[in-house]
Amino acid sequence: MLDYGPDAILMKGLDGSNWRLKDYEARGGYDALKKILRENIAPEAVIAEVKKSGLRGRGGAGFPAGLKWSFMPKQYAGAKYLVCNTDEGEPGTFKDRDIIRYNPHMLIEGMLIGAYATGAGVGYNYIHGEIWAEYELFERALDEAHAAGYLGKNILGTDFSFELHAFHGYGAYVCGEETGLLESVEGKKGQPRFKPPFPASYGLYGKPTTINNTETFAAVPWIINHGGDAFLALGRPNNGGTKIFSVSGHVNRPGNYEVRLGTPFAKLLEMAGGMRGGKRIKAVIPGGSSAPVIPGEIMMQTDLDFDCVAKAGSMLGSGAVIVMDETTCMVRALERLSYFYFEESCGQCTPCREGTGWMYRVVHRIEHGKGRQEDLDLLSNVADNIAGRTICALGDAAAGPVKSFVKHFREEFQYHIDHKRCMVNVPGGYFTVSNPSAGRAA
Amino acid sequence: MLSAESLKRIDREIAKFPAEQKQSAVIAALAIAQDEKGWLATETMDFVAQYLGMAPIAVYEVASFYNMYDLAPVGRHKLTVCTNLPCALSGGVDAAEHLKQCLGVGFNETTADGRVTLKQGECMGACGDAPVLLVNNKRMCGSMSNDKLDKLLAELK
Amino acid sequence: MPKLEIDGRQIEVRDGATVMDAANALGIAIPHFCYHKKLSIAANCRMCLVQVEKAPKPMPACATPVVEGMKVFTESEYARTAQKSVMEFLLINHPLDCPICDQGGECQLQDLAVGYGKSASRYREEKRVVFHKNIGPLVSMEEMSRCIHCTRCVRFGQEIAGVMELGMMGRGEHAEIVSFVGRSVDSELSGNMIDLCPVGALTSKPFRYGARTWELARRKSVSPHDSLGSNLIVQVMANKVMRVLPLENEELNECWLSDRDRFSYQGLNAADRLTQPMLKIDGKWREANWQEALAAVAKGLKNVRTQHGPETLGALAAPHSTLEELYLLGKLMRGIGSQNIDFRLRQMDFSADAKRTGAPWLGMKVADISRLDRVLVVGSFLRMDHPLVASRMRQAAKRGQQVNLIHATDDDLLMTVVNKAIVPPQALPDMLAQVVKAVAELKQKPVPAPLAGIGVGDAAKNIAASLNTGANTGVFLGNLAGQHPQAAQLQLLAQELAGLLGAGVGFFGEAANSVGGYLAQAVPGAGGLNAAAMLAAPRKAYVLLNTEPELDCNDPRAAIKAMHATEFVISLSAYKGYALEYANVMLPIAPFTETSGTFINAEGRMQSFNGVVRPLGDARPAWKVLRVLGNLLGIKGFDYDSSEQVRDEIARPDEVAAKLDNRLSGIALQIPPAAVAGLQRVADVPIYFSDAIVRRSAALQQTSAAALPRAWMHAALLDKLGLKAGQAVKVRQGDGEAVVNAARDDRLPLGCVRLAAGHPATRDLGPMAGDISVEPQ
Repeated sequence: MLDYGPDAILMKGLDGSNWRLKDYEARGGYDALKKILRENIAPEAVIAEVKKSGLRGRGGAGFPAGLKWSFMPKQYAGAKYLVCNTDEGEPGTFKDRDIIRYNPHMLIEGMLIGAYATGAGVGYNYIHGEIWAEYELFERALDEAHAAGYLGKNILGTDFSFELHAFHGYGAYVCGEETGLLESVEGKKGQPRFKPPFPASYGLYGKPTTINNTETFAAVPWIINHGGDAFLALGRPNNGGTKIFSVSGHVNRPGNYEVRLGTPFAKLLEMAGGMRGGKRIKAVIPGGSSAPVIPGEIMMQTDLDFDCVAKAGSMLGSGAVIVMDETTCMVRALERLSYFYFEESCGQCTPCREGTGWMYRVVHRIEHGKGRQEDLDLLSNVADNIAGRTICALGDAAAGPVKSFVKHFREEFQYHIDHKRCMVNVPGGYFTVSNPSAGRAA
Repeated sequence: MLSAESLKRIDREIAKFPAEQKQSAVIAALAIAQDEKGWLATETMDFVAQYLGMAPIAVYEVASFYNMYDLAPVGRHKLTVCTNLPCALSGGVDAAEHLKQCLGVGFNETTADGRVTLKQGECMGACGDAPVLLVNNKRMCGSMSNDKLDKLLAELK
Repeated sequence: MPKLEIDGRQIEVRDGATVMDAANALGIAIPHFCYHKKLSIAANCRMCLVQVEKAPKPMPACATPVVEGMKVFTESEYARTAQKSVMEFLLINHPLDCPICDQGGECQLQDLAVGYGKSASRYREEKRVVFHKNIGPLVSMEEMSRCIHCTRCVRFGQEIAGVMELGMMGRGEHAEIVSFVGRSVDSELSGNMIDLCPVGALTSKPFRYGARTWELARRKSVSPHDSLGSNLIVQVMANKVMRVLPLENEELNECWLSDRDRFSYQGLNAADRLTQPMLKIDGKWREANWQEALAAVAKGLKNVRTQHGPETLGALAAPHSTLEELYLLGKLMRGIGSQNIDFRLRQMDFSADAKRTGAPWLGMKVADISRLDRVLVVGSFLRMDHPLVASRMRQAAKRGQQVNLIHATDDDLLMTVVNKAIVPPQALPDMLAQVVKAVAELKQKPVPAPLAGIGVGDAAKNIAASLNTGANTGVFLGNLAGQHPQAAQLQLLAQELAGLLGAGVGFFGEAANSVGGYLAQAVPGAGGLNAAAMLAAPRKAYVLLNTEPELDCNDPRAAIKAMHATEFVISLSAYKGYALEYANVMLPIAPFTETSGTFINAEGRMQSFNGVVRPLGDARPAWKVLRVLGNLLGIKGFDYDSSEQVRDEIARPDEVAAKLDNRLSGIALQIPPAAVAGLQRVADVPIYFSDAIVRRSAALQQTSAAALPRAWMHAALLDKLGLKAGQAVKVRQGDGEAVVNAARDDRLPLGCVRLAAGHPATRDLGPMAGDISVEPQ
């Protein structure tokens, strides 16, 4: 049995092999859809229920899901689309993969309900390029749902029809941005679009489109089955429900844990087996690599919901918690993240295309003992010049780590610049074991 | 240019999209073509462009944008190791170093016998299983200790 | 109609307008690179970031829709900080090679860097290097490190040229503009990418390192090639044309130029440029002075007139000649008693002569084409013959204009063509007749009696159905229709159709003065011979104006025979050309850049221009040469002081419209059978062989469009003839033959062979239409 923790509602009762339709149905699967169709619940009522639940987008931005659904034009003659974002490439995030490999029908049912609520006739689930086995498994789940009459024309004998297809990406982080993803589905480079117009008015193929994260859709059946109030009650006001947190880094049991929003970080850390080797916690990135880093001591005092994490100076984001212990060189850590954004910038707009490379090169120099005194101010300023001036949030995502690492760990960067070497001097630290000489700038 | 089997797979992808949106299948079509040919040569991209009614340059844009495509020949086995921060904190870089030493090649290099190409990867969405690597884009291997890496290398002929 | 305030100034704009639109309307300049009024919004350069009240971050003016009550600040500290930071990012990887950059002095980046850049860079890392590319003879991609990734060139290809030949490959900092793996850019509009490129990444290959922009004088002119009359800025240095750029005219060429208009200037000073009058004495050429040469001409013409009669004199003029030249040539011929003058050298069917009520023309304004909702194009190699009309239709087609086509070839027009009927050339009248009949039936109007026996096929029905639903329709006859053996029948049918539909109807027109030639009366007078007749029954003397008959005439073989058989040939031309072989006197006249003159374009717009440089060598404007000749021959009324005086004698600009009329009277409809026994020739004139100047532009001649003509056939025809694509074949028309390579084009109708005219390789062949045979060589 897979253990996501005692609070789990979405990932409850899963053992890795019971992903099939019959298993899902045995767990009460597709009851929510049947209920809606049987009781002929109006789409507006479905949206109202989701609004009531306080379900906020699980992909990173935390936008209220029900509100997003309500943006879809009701009186629209042409095609409308529903798109699921399983392009999970935000470093530290690996929860959606578990949903589609262990409980794919929950996502399918959630999308069916989303399609019903928004009037979409066709949907696509965009799956991260690097997870092929999960893509194939999801396609099999789609076949099952089709065969059982949950997908296709006149679902369960009603007027409701919905086609759902899986789409396999091929390696571009920026496609996790919703409009980049839509471009990708259109068979183009995944370059995000300028907004407005938003996907609800101009989405896939220029048609009204709703796009949500996998976990967001996956929570919908439970909300319909148990009511929006019940979901909201699991969490906190404005932060309804449970959330799957992906815990990685220096913990004993990295993995996914589904806890109620508002759960203290310390509790999550405990579920993940505590710090590896009993080391001291140094820093945490609480919401995927794009979220600002927070010193460990602050994080240990923070509860995990959108508002509390924001108050602590970061973002809940996708719920990817990257834990770093005292052996971690923060310069090295930032260098790797900066490289990632440099590598993944789509190249479309100027500040991100030019600025990510600039930041990476400066951090790289500092890490390699070639830092200059003016570098830290320069880094912060370049980051400021990227943030808020790009087409999509990748620019902000690239700027965030730079600014927060330099802000919270400035003395460590300064030490690198002054001494041409690292001040972290703990054996077994990040990078130091296998690469003791090259890993530290001399 | 492509086998009947590949074309069948591409047609299946095309069928997912509205009739006038064949271009949507280009990402899958290039992946399928690469599966068959090992890498994406100019003629292969040209063929895909023609098959989907696209400008060749538009196909090239796509092929060069997504990093799992190979626009130059690679070894029989392409190993892509994630070294991003969450993986690195749990041995991702160590695993890559181990492979480099065993294979005698660096990133973006192929062993002299054409057996293995080593690549550095970005986040694969499997950070909990670090160290992780991908074999030929399709097979993900997690928790790759040096022992498991050795076994994997032994298996890849 | 929302109202907003920009920098304290209020304005009301149309719904959907952007902040950039509003600023432009107010005359407020917002710095930008990727934005271009004719291209889609990319919002990628971020240079136009402005402050919008209540917005949490700076907004790109080009992509931000105006909202009622919006307050925008384009020059606030907040906006300037954002703009300056973008400029810094643009410059960090941009080479500081302004001193050796062709764009220097006309570079948007350079200009804006003055206002928004810093004096020193904070970027101390290694700069990006981007490798150069070769995309053909026209556009240089030698310095791609300068590219700022605005993607204007990419969007131009996708949106205006209709073909995506450049793209941005890769991503992030490594993204770069490329063609598909070393392929060339072949669009007939490619040069516009040079204008669009805001930096020195895409530059003009022929102009490269030719001059600094501030050394160049800018002079206005008009393109002498197609019938659009594109407005030009000709840039001149040391009495030499260095470069040609578009002069924006929204009603004609918009802000574009075809590559033909842009790069033909290279042919102006070609190696065989005639710069001195020349006389052939005893079979040998020698240079002469003007006095001698003109005396020889006058004497020669008088001799022929005396010995053989004035009706044995003939004059052939290229339709690219100026209005004044055409008029004075006609006046001269008539003055010495001959009515034999014609400028319609590629025309075959002259049965409409004397049946015309006025000069045939487009039938509407060029700009009106954009507003049509239905179009039928009959017999046109549209993209090659009229590149910017094609582009105009392409844009209209995106907005819903339904383009229908009846033609003998099926070249990709790079736009949506809703219905097409591709038939052998001799079947064009029948196909058009089918459409007329189908429309008449849809409209429940009587079918014209001669069409009673015509069977209406599906293609015609579909075209008719499209046209019938239009509110604003245009029917256009292209070059193939105008040069067709049944051109008058096609015109009658087009008129019949337009009448049924309430549509506009007209000719695209072949050349700069295809309309003007009529107004200049450069057509045979009563009893005179037309161009074809003058060659079919060779004259004793010919006056050639701006023409190479073996390339410009419908039947080059007949032209060559006539030129060699005659007693006296006078060539007034800027070039020696083939006249060396048969002329007796060669008079060096000025091309359009060296003379004042006038073109009347397809829509009847009279555009006069001045010379932009002095005539080369001893060349003289042809109108002056003809004036002197007129005087030497003792003809009255040749005392002109200026070309304007000549022009005003022909028509004042406001008198042109009254002289335009497409109607024919007194010709009966008579539809020839669609099927004939033998193979029929389809002849296009390749875009870079349309006239003497273009044929000499070195860069244009290196393009793929200038490749050697091939005999194109459907695969089934190749099979039937036992031929393979690529093999050398002997092509015959009458006693003329040529050897070319066979090529396969399955879009061609069966029963015809496509083989280009206007090219030296096919100048030994016969007419542009009619029987042709192909056999292995």
